[in-house]
Amino acid sequence: MAEITIENEEYHVSYNNETTTIRCKGALRLSGMEEYEPIVELFNQVADMKPLKIYFNMTELKFLNSSGINVLSKFVIRVRQKQTVEMVLQGSNKIPWQGKSLKNLRRLMPSLQLEWE
Amino acid sequence: MVQLFGEFHQTPIESEEYLILGFSPSSIPLKQRWRNNGLSADFLADYLTVFFPANEDENTNDRHTEIKCAVGYIANELLENAMKFNDKTIHYPISIQLYLYHDRIIFCVTNSISPLAVEKFQAYLQELIHSDPQELYIDQLERNAQDDQGKTSGLGLLSMINDYMATLGWKFETVKKDPEVIAVTTMAQLTV
Repeated sequence: MAEITIENEEYHVSYNNETTTIRCKGALRLSGMEEYEPIVELFNQVADMKPLKIYFNMTELKFLNSSGINVLSKFVIRVRQKQTVEMVLQGSNKIPWQGKSLKNLRRLMPSLQLEWE
Repeated sequence: MVQLFGEFHQTPIESEEYLILGFSPSSIPLKQRWRNNGLSADFLADYLTVFFPANEDENTNDRHTEIKCAVGYIANELLENAMKFNDKTIHYPISIQLYLYHDRIIFCVTNSISPLAVEKFQAYLQELIHSDPQELYIDQLERNAQDDQGKTSGLGLLSMINDYMATLGWKFETVKKDPEVIAVTTMAQLTV
């Protein structure tokens, strides 16, 4: 089992190799792209491994600032560029920002699947 | 001299409910202060729940959660911008004001801006005001994906307009001469 985790008291970001699932929890509001760098690196590694399908679970991600939206969008574009990788974004209806902001990602990658719980 | 851009009301309509928070940006380094943005934004969002109380009705509760989320996001983005772009060479406070009305919430965030940065920022605002914000947003995301060196995302204002239907306006004001101090106030209006 291989799971890589980046976390502090406010957030948790992990990738599980067996389930090919990225999980983000808590509140991600780091200052600018520099502070997001370790997370960007993890996302890039996942995209470059080209799993058949990536699950991106954010059902417990309560807050994402605009720098975080940028990180997420860059990841979606990177996955899109791989062409062979499918992606499922799992969100929660109980967290309003997700309904508002995640729809934009479909415009970047029309094949992106959104699942709501 | 005062210059206005976008939807800016010089004198906000009287509101009996308002909250003002002030910060002294130079007192501690930006990195340490950053956490304060989130705390303040959460506080403002929580504070509002008093005026939009939850009750048994599920629809009201959903609306309540939605308003809280929108206020938390917008306040956080406005504060992040103010902390990032304020003129570090002078001592000028950052403030956030929140006014409540029956049909909307108005945010006003004031910070200093380097006189050298004004022209570029105003050119960006002109682009923002005169473009289709949806298109500009997607273009910005694609541009950012090509640029690994970019330090800022340029998405804060655009996401407020696109995702939260916020109306934005700006006031630039020279508050002191020699050395020149310019204050910019960003006004965001959220319909509730």
